[in-house]
Amino acid sequence: MPVDKSYIGKTGEPVTMHVERGKIREFARAIKDEDPLYFDEDYAGREAGGIMPPVTFLQTVQHWDDGRGRPHVPFDLKRVLHGEQEYEFLEPIHAGDVLTAVSKIVDVYEKPGKRGGTMTFAVAETEYRNQGGALVARARHITIETGQVVKD
Amino acid sequence: MPAARRYWEDVKEGQALPEVRVEKLTRTDFVKYAGASGDFNPIHHDQTFAEASGNPTVFAMGMLNAGILSRVVTGFVGRPNVRSYRVRFATRAWPGDDVICRGTVTRRIEKNGEKLIEGELQAVNQKGETLISGSFVAALPSRP
Repeated sequence: MPVDKSYIGKTGEPVTMHVERGKIREFARAIKDEDPLYFDEDYAGREAGGIMPPVTFLQTVQHWDDGRGRPHVPFDLKRVLHGEQEYEFLEPIHAGDVLTAVSKIVDVYEKPGKRGGTMTFAVAETEYRNQGGALVARARHITIETGQVVKD
Repeated sequence: MPAARRYWEDVKEGQALPEVRVEKLTRTDFVKYAGASGDFNPIHHDQTFAEASGNPTVFAMGMLNAGILSRVVTGFVGRPNVRSYRVRFATRAWPGDDVICRGTVTRRIEKNGEKLIEGELQAVNQKGETLISGSFVAALPSRP
């Protein structure tokens, strides 16, 4: 499909994300991280003011909502790649926090693919605020739709 | 492992961060990450769907590899000190692949009253092919 710039500026509905202790433990196990900061409340309390989510944990909010939080560029799932991901942490996040995430498409552009066809890039930014209204983190997510089915 | 206490003054530009290595990824690893993250794109767990999409089999979520790579940073500076983490996905990891993660401190700077380190990151497979290239910024305490 030709690149559709009209998606730029599209904003998703705010999504509430409860930062749950059990979900943090499950996530830490999935990335094989045994840091007691994610498991041991006493240790985490002394070291960091409480259990904290791993660095890439905020990604999970993308999958918990029913899709209304994500302003979609209609890509074909069979040709979609995750290109880049970035997190910026501005204030501490702890288990028990209730975050509100708002995502926005900030850019859509095309580039010729290395293996033929045209690649379409969509850049989304998400801002996470805590229950006190403080901006605690920002995420930047680049999705790519390849010209054909992905081959390495 | 808990992160070691580290002071900004003790870190050197060019210093290598301790390696993190996960050997022989399994399909179970993908399913565990799917459950933990909520990423149920069938291309990562459903052989039939993966084949229909032109792939020989299922492959790891980039964010699983990115999560493993982030441990290079948190193991060195401690999770609370991470200020930013950025990854760019290159090639994919398949069942049986190793994920070998490395990092280097590139710069020590002071900014807005914080003592920061910047670094580069890389995750490669057992053949040395780049899975992810990345970077980070962390704030470290000053030696008392």
